[in-house]
Amino acid sequence: MTDEAIKALVLKQLNRIAPEAETAELDPDVDMREQIDLDSMDILNLTIALHEATGVDIPESEYPHMTTLNGCVAYLRTRVK
Amino acid sequence: MEAGTIVEWLVKPGDKVKRGDIIAVVDTEKATIEVEVFEAGLIQSIVVPAGEKVPIGTVLASIATDDEAAPALAPRPPSPAKPPEIVRPAFQPIVPAPPIIERPPSTMPPVTRGRLRVSPLAMRVALDLGVDLSKVKGTGPDGAITKSDVERAAKSVPPPPPPAAPSVKADKAGGPSQPVMTADERHVAMRKVIAAAMVRSKHEIPHYYLGTPIDMSHSMGWLQAENLRRPVAQRLLYSVLLLKAAAVAIRDVPEMNGFWIDGAFKPGEAVHVGVAIALRQGGLIAPALHDVDKKSLDEIMANLRDLVNRVRAGTLRSSEIADATITVTSLGERGVESVFGVIYPPQVAIVGFGKIAERPWAVDGLVGARPVVAASLAADHRVSDGHRGALFLAAIDRLLQEPEKL
Repeated sequence: MTDEAIKALVLKQLNRIAPEAETAELDPDVDMREQIDLDSMDILNLTIALHEATGVDIPESEYPHMTTLNGCVAYLRTRVK
Repeated sequence: MEAGTIVEWLVKPGDKVKRGDIIAVVDTEKATIEVEVFEAGLIQSIVVPAGEKVPIGTVLASIATDDEAAPALAPRPPSPAKPPEIVRPAFQPIVPAPPIIERPPSTMPPVTRGRLRVSPLAMRVALDLGVDLSKVKGTGPDGAITKSDVERAAKSVPPPPPPAAPSVKADKAGGPSQPVMTADERHVAMRKVIAAAMVRSKHEIPHYYLGTPIDMSHSMGWLQAENLRRPVAQRLLYSVLLLKAAAVAIRDVPEMNGFWIDGAFKPGEAVHVGVAIALRQGGLIAPALHDVDKKSLDEIMANLRDLVNRVRAGTLRSSEIADATITVTSLGERGVESVFGVIYPPQVAIVGFGKIAERPWAVDGLVGARPVVAASLAADHRVSDGHRGALFLAAIDRLLQEPEKL
């Protein structure tokens, strides 16, 4: 999967979780929780959705790496087949 | 909430329905609500057509229950039929404002953002089917986009001619029928409803407040180990432990659970916990999780996840906004240290949990860092006193020290 494809996947899932959020203006290096007001349920839903879409198992201890858009891309890049 | 407008019927006469089916979408000043059916049977007739605004409690449709419905399928001598079940939206006037998410996703052209009239159910279906709502022609009240419109658009089928009925209805009612609200209108309406409930609470309920810090190291350690061995979709959030502990603690101090009605306390017959859920666009809603004290952590987690998702998608069910017996508010990971709630009348208590944070904690003369949550209670002094309230918070603390037993 290319970085662009991973980014598009994350944004698509964010749009489902937070349809009213301005994901188009998301700064890829700033905590998404702060930018579009995500809570722990949103992060869990995002993790589940990314797991279902990629097959990558994301342990809870890795959640801190998943809080920015670029963090998600970096984590999934090396693991998605 | 006094009246609602039928946005869309999801069934027609002759349709078979079972308990729990969503049969209609109703728009109110507080939310768009999915009306559930409580009896299995056949839809006999739709009494209130789409587009019409009617007072709460109005009969919307009649259903022949299974006993009576049989003749339609296999003729037999008519029995002395019991009257058809009627469908009434089960609203309660004091519930804080439910949410409506009316803003289209950011793939929409900005010119229509926030101004589309679209039911939340239709929006969810549009997301699922990948339909661009700006290109959908609405056939609901005031041109609102309904679920059927989205499904038609997905199949590229042209919409049917607009029904003639609504204009006649509007004349009869002496004016145009109430449209589906836009996001801005909904926000204003929601603030009004919250304001009314909170003013009533602070005006009528003599609150007393208690607070205590709770050591969460056992709970968080247990949860971490538990989640490590669970697949991602089965993981638990710590708020599930807090909800269960608060619900079970009611067994020790039942006067926290129930309603103050007509000058007397009426204990709740079950423990239905209202969960305060904040909305990203402002406002909040506290729909009920049912029978929390009797459910496993997994069941509570599944129910909570479903509830939060539907609150944020704007698709609450009629039963969920009606019957909480106590409320729990948890600030979550990005909150502050403590919260003291305002009781939702006619409930008599609200439990608050702040953010879990590492704090110095002394045990046996030694100070260490532990995850700590500030638990609080606001309760109705007409029903209970500080001593009982303290026992309630102490019971929550005790239960959270043995998470494996929850």
